[in-house]
Amino acid sequence: MSPSQSGADLRIIDVTKRFGDFVAVDDLTLTIPAGSFFALLGPSGCGKTTTLRMVAGLEEPTAGTILIGEQDVTWAKPYKRPVNTVFQSYALFPHLDIYENVAFGLRRRGVKDIKKPVEDMLALTELSGLARRKPQQLSGGQQQRVALARALINQPSVLLLDEPLGALDLKLRRQMQLELKRIQTEVGLTFVHVTHDQEEAMTMADTIAVMNAGRVEQLGGPTDLYENPRTTFVANFLGQSNFFDGTIVERSGGYATVSVQNQRVGVPESRVHSTGDNVHVGVRPEKLRIQFLDDASLSDGENRLEGTITYSSFIGVSTQYLVDTAWGQELTVFAQNTTRDERLVPGARVVLTWAPDHTFALDADQDIAAGVEIDEDAATPDTVGVAS
Amino acid sequence: MSGGAVAATALEQEDIRGPHQDSGASEAKAVGTSRWTPYLLLSPGMLWLAVFFVVPTVALLVTSLYTGSLDQGYTFTFPGNWSTYSDALSTYYPQYFRSFVYAALATVFCLLLAYPLAYFIAFRAGRWKSTMLVLVIAPFFTSFLIRTLAWQTILADDGWIVQTMNTLHITNVLTWLHLTEPGRVINTPLAVVTGLTYNFLPFMVLPLYASLDRMDSRLIEAAQDLYSSAWTSLRKVTWPLSLPGVVAGTLLTFIPAVGDYINSELLGSPKTTMIGNVIQDKFFSEVDYPTMAALSVVLMVAVLIIVSIYVRRAGTEELV
Amino acid sequence: MATTTHAAPRTGTTRSSTKRPGGPIRWVRERIIAIIGLLVVLYMFAPIFVVVLFSFNQPAGKYNYQFTQFSTNAWTNLCEVGGMCESLRLSLFIGVVATLVSVVLGTLVAFAIGRHRFRGRSGTNLLIFMPMATPEVVMGASLLAFFVGISTARGVGTILIAHIMFCLSFVVVTVKARISSLDSRLEQAAMDLYADERTTFWKITFPLVLPGIIGASLLAFSLSFDDFIVTNFNSGSTTTFPLFVWGAAQRGVPPQVNVVGSLMFFAALAIVLVSQVVQRRRAKA
Repeated sequence: MSPSQSGADLRIIDVTKRFGDFVAVDDLTLTIPAGSFFALLGPSGCGKTTTLRMVAGLEEPTAGTILIGEQDVTWAKPYKRPVNTVFQSYALFPHLDIYENVAFGLRRRGVKDIKKPVEDMLALTELSGLARRKPQQLSGGQQQRVALARALINQPSVLLLDEPLGALDLKLRRQMQLELKRIQTEVGLTFVHVTHDQEEAMTMADTIAVMNAGRVEQLGGPTDLYENPRTTFVANFLGQSNFFDGTIVERSGGYATVSVQNQRVGVPESRVHSTGDNVHVGVRPEKLRIQFLDDASLSDGENRLEGTITYSSFIGVSTQYLVDTAWGQELTVFAQNTTRDERLVPGARVVLTWAPDHTFALDADQDIAAGVEIDEDAATPDTVGVAS
Repeated sequence: MSGGAVAATALEQEDIRGPHQDSGASEAKAVGTSRWTPYLLLSPGMLWLAVFFVVPTVALLVTSLYTGSLDQGYTFTFPGNWSTYSDALSTYYPQYFRSFVYAALATVFCLLLAYPLAYFIAFRAGRWKSTMLVLVIAPFFTSFLIRTLAWQTILADDGWIVQTMNTLHITNVLTWLHLTEPGRVINTPLAVVTGLTYNFLPFMVLPLYASLDRMDSRLIEAAQDLYSSAWTSLRKVTWPLSLPGVVAGTLLTFIPAVGDYINSELLGSPKTTMIGNVIQDKFFSEVDYPTMAALSVVLMVAVLIIVSIYVRRAGTEELV
Repeated sequence: MATTTHAAPRTGTTRSSTKRPGGPIRWVRERIIAIIGLLVVLYMFAPIFVVVLFSFNQPAGKYNYQFTQFSTNAWTNLCEVGGMCESLRLSLFIGVVATLVSVVLGTLVAFAIGRHRFRGRSGTNLLIFMPMATPEVVMGASLLAFFVGISTARGVGTILIAHIMFCLSFVVVTVKARISSLDSRLEQAAMDLYADERTTFWKITFPLVLPGIIGASLLAFSLSFDDFIVTNFNSGSTTTFPLFVWGAAQRGVPPQVNVVGSLMFFAALAIVLVSQVVQRRRAKA
């Protein structure tokens, strides 16, 4: 399978989509480089699927332009675009067998010898023995691969995936995430993957655009988005964040010092995204080191807060703690279970320390709860756990 | 009356739906059509109905208001001869009454017979569901007339069923209820009602089945979990939820039964004539068009009233 | 709410097997629904049984009420009876033509209702529903009034017109049900895969709606073939098979009529059972 035509960027320019009064996509501009694995990440209703459908030609934009390479496809019919879609519900043709499903696009384009490409594609997606079965006879995972094969075989400039792993169970989903990434690397096409699962996006994508209410909140690589979020939405949507309010009192040496209650917390300037001095200081739960107060060794330069454990829960990989600070705010801590300190139980007085480089500060105007999603799969403090 | 309904049902079994809904909009509008497409598609068919259903209905109304006779010729003078209606109604109100009674009885019997059957197929049949449906509809592939004639044979005076009923004195009880004649079942009201019940049974079974099948059986389990007995579950959970099917089945059974005359003609006697018989006679025996038309219009109006009550409660989308 | 998977030893009586109390009454009560269902099915098949049985009868006189003598005479000399085979031919002809026309017209209407938004939707639904709800007597009488009013002779033409009219609604309902269950995303997927609108329709939409159209055709044919009341009012002097049977009922029904009835039953049963088998095989393999 040779890589498709390289150099065909997907450019979405000032695209807006309105359904009556409802603005689904709000003046969106994005460039998706050729050959990359790009993710559109966001909660339900953020406009990511609508954007995808406009690229596919299944919706018409209210305003804006869509370019694939130099070709303006904004108003082109779906069958005239070098774009193929893997649908969320797979949309496999029930009256055709797997072979004909996969061959469908090739036949419509008048390709003469379809036998070899189809067989190669079935091999690539590990469906070789199932060519003559009907879609209803396949499992969910197999159907998903047929949908992928059917789209891939046409070597489109852009392959769109609309939450393709949503219907699969957890284990299968994890497996398919790696599969898709492998195939994309091998085949070299541009993949645009729409999902609400941040773990999925971070696993698979080179670049992620986090969308909220029709707009892009932040664009960047997984690491960048995760470690250096620019809005509370991104900070809460990707993983979890602890936030506490503070005021910047000093900036020097590449660091800003923030006064939080009566403590001083250091934040790298590159991670301060605020117009004013009032900020939400954020730090991720896994960056916090938790130690029994009496033991705590103080290393200079580390940020430090004291508190009392109110809750602990053993999750296997880690132990989760809820720590009450002196001013009544509850912080979440994920501690890797490399050493077990028997004294860290609810009621114990502890010290939380972390490296300043792991801190970020966001504009205090923002809603501190933006993007907090209730995800069934994620571990929450509500799960009853064994006190460590 | 016809058995082809099962073919349609049986072929419906393939589910071509996708596993779950997309987050994107899925509109009813087909992509790539013009505004005029629906009207173009509708025209031939609806035109046919307009010309050959609506217009004849009007013609019927006009015919019922003719003055004159077959020999002299019929004329229509505005606002029409309404005396035909008063004559017809005053003469034939017993037949109207009888038709409604027989149809109502047949509908009730159909419901009593069809409900357990539909319940069984919906909840207890498992993988034999569609086969059972086929079996239920299969008898109705035969001609309506031939089936009814078969009942003549079954209920014949010297047939073994009637002989048995006579021996067990069941016929005596039924005669006392004015349903049969002494020692005879054929050519009695009971025979007519039996024929009606038999012929319209599938029209009750299918909607009931559809309604019960759509029901979540876990609701019954929930009821039992909450201390209800089998009978109470039926009364409080299953029955109320199956009401749409009951209503549909009742409509589909009662309305054709009211206008039927075949059962009455083949299985009944001159004492059991229904309004359908009269209408038919007016045409064939007497060629009295106005009276025939007037009687039909009254019947039609009665049906329309029933349908409009239903439509007001359920809307028109459910009809088609 | 879990059931115990292993039984604790019962105190008291020793029994080789656990027997539930109640005996035969309980057995009946638990299966009451199945029993009633079975009785109803038997009730439904009784006339059919009679029809088939008496097709093998050699009636003593005109009337075929007593089983006198087993004979296959009716089956081998089917067209012996005057006028029956002609009426059969006519019914078949009318059935085929009425089916073709009503299925074409009805499918178009079904697509319009199932796929498009348009004004007058309520009225359209109502107009389609009315023929199904109207008693046949009224429809027959009104068509007659219409034909008399425009001075048209009644015959094959008027029969055809009437049949197409009442089959139309049933076709629309059947096909529309199928169209409604069609996932529109399948057509989107086809267009995503380079099929234009026309190709999408013929390659995806039509094959998936086809079972509904076939079902509608079978339904229309059986409605037409079997129709008596409306046909009776509008046939003039032509005789379809049901009209023949009606006439025969007065004179004495020959066993050949039973033969036709049996054939109809077995043919239709075969069609539907075959389709069931085909579907099962499709789902299983």
